[in-house]
Amino acid sequence: MNIAIASGKGGTGKTFVSTNLFKTFQSLGHSTLLVDCDVECPNSLLFFNLKKLSETKVEEYRPIIDKDKCVYCGLCHEYCEYKAIFYVPELKQIMLLDNLCHGCKACSVACEYGAIEDSSTEIGSVSFFADANKHVFVEGRLKEGKIASIPIIKETIKEAVSLPYDYVILDSSPGTSCPFIQTAVRSDYIVLVAEPTPFGLSDLKQSVETLDSINKDYGVIINRSGLGDIEVYNYLQENNIPIIAEIPFSKEIARYYSEGKLAVSHIEETKKLFEKICKKIIKNGTSIS
Amino acid sequence: MELAFLSGKGGTGKSSICSAFISVAKNVIAVDCDVDAANLYLIFPPKNTIETKYISGKNAIIHQDKCIECGLCKELCQFDAINIVEGKFEIDAVSCDGCALCYRKCPTKAIEMVDSDDSKLYFGDFRNGSIIYGRLSPGEENSGKFISVVRSLAREKSKELGIENIIIDGPPGIGCPFMSTITGVDKVVVVTEPSMSGLVDLKRTIDVAQSFMEEIYVIINKYDLNPEVTNQIKEYCLENNIEIIAFLPFDKEVVDAMINGQTIIEYNSESDISNRIREAYQIIFKS
Repeated sequence: MNIAIASGKGGTGKTFVSTNLFKTFQSLGHSTLLVDCDVECPNSLLFFNLKKLSETKVEEYRPIIDKDKCVYCGLCHEYCEYKAIFYVPELKQIMLLDNLCHGCKACSVACEYGAIEDSSTEIGSVSFFADANKHVFVEGRLKEGKIASIPIIKETIKEAVSLPYDYVILDSSPGTSCPFIQTAVRSDYIVLVAEPTPFGLSDLKQSVETLDSINKDYGVIINRSGLGDIEVYNYLQENNIPIIAEIPFSKEIARYYSEGKLAVSHIEETKKLFEKICKKIIKNGTSIS
Repeated sequence: MELAFLSGKGGTGKSSICSAFISVAKNVIAVDCDVDAANLYLIFPPKNTIETKYISGKNAIIHQDKCIECGLCKELCQFDAINIVEGKFEIDAVSCDGCALCYRKCPTKAIEMVDSDDSKLYFGDFRNGSIIYGRLSPGEENSGKFISVVRSLAREKSKELGIENIIIDGPPGIGCPFMSTITGVDKVVVVTEPSMSGLVDLKRTIDVAQSFMEEIYVIINKYDLNPEVTNQIKEYCLENNIEIIAFLPFDKEVVDAMINGQTIIEYNSESDISNRIREAYQIIFKS
């Protein structure tokens, strides 16, 4: 079962929930894998003492233009929907604008003169880690200065779900557009982490809208309850969206998190709460599939 | 001057602090570049809003009556967007990048490119000037392109209305939307918080930002939650020659202000946080 932990708004506690949930799944004896899909800012691995096992580079297609063979016909320029080929025929100028290129290969297909050589560029990586107990972790990471997070998210999840685990926890990136949906479509159940504040509510609504558009089942964890107001609760009730749990706001939890420690390993109450969450997710997830 | 608030990690308090700056500025163009999850308009509800459609890109569709199932489109597609479902070739809209290669090469012209026009662009007046924000339709790609559209509208309005300063609330992350937000702005404030993840993301954000510009400033929000990590952030900023313009304490009033539909400056102008934000504002706009 693939479980995505997601939220529209950043900083609602996705990583907090993912890491503590992972620990809880394991302590209850389930075979579980933790995957960091927030490739732009991955940090769920900070909470564990890990050794890197291996790294696979993620590459994206890039054309190399051979100026000797190019006849400056402009067809590649015309084919490129991303305006990534700078082309001034009068000056015999043609070049690739790398940061605009999406790697669709249309230019290469267009060229009738063999002037485009197929190549690729590294845009990120998928890494495997293990802790002292041989538990495995997977992390996708966008290379700094690169912009294409989607291919890395896809590759990360592909690698992760091919491993033999009963439960795969996918720590998603914030937002409601592409990166979020890429993780959501590959999940069996989605846990939305929301804050009971006006910003939190507005972003929760957008996440729900996105999930409804792809017909996915989900439940909500309200994080930092007690801080904020009741609007989020009203919204969930009106729309019949299940609340999986409420995690009360606590400076103690915030403190452990800031130190890179797992609250479930230090606070008995939080540990019990996550055990409940874990059982509920398994129940909700299985009743669907 | 164009100033952008960024954070790398989400939820560090970017929007709350950005809106407080907007309150201090008084007459300003406020821009929300987090088109995935815009929030600024909740604090600054606009009047006389003009809504325009934004075509975020194109998606391919296959007309089954013309498809001869040759498989060329599937072979050419670099985005794994073409699947065979019950013997039919179908396009997965989520994966389709809109490159149009399948459309151009289909031998029977069975593929059509259609506009995705569910995204919206909003412009209106609010109590401190004018506000511009976008709402990308759910699951849509190309937020980077959308952000450049939002920003060029902001510049147009700035000239038209004679409002010199533009304050931008940026998106989380360091990918495509981040790049579109940072390109061409004069100054950047990175809002961070003292946690291990906050520190790691701050470094990643600054590394990328530094290849674009020099004027990068840092605000440490909730600095009192972990003094140790706050010190590490200080050291990092010192080594990299980055000025920390404010240390903001954790204060429940910031959330209370938000619930009240106000910025912290409006909610409690004399609070410690408000004073610190005003000082930070002076550093940015008077230097």
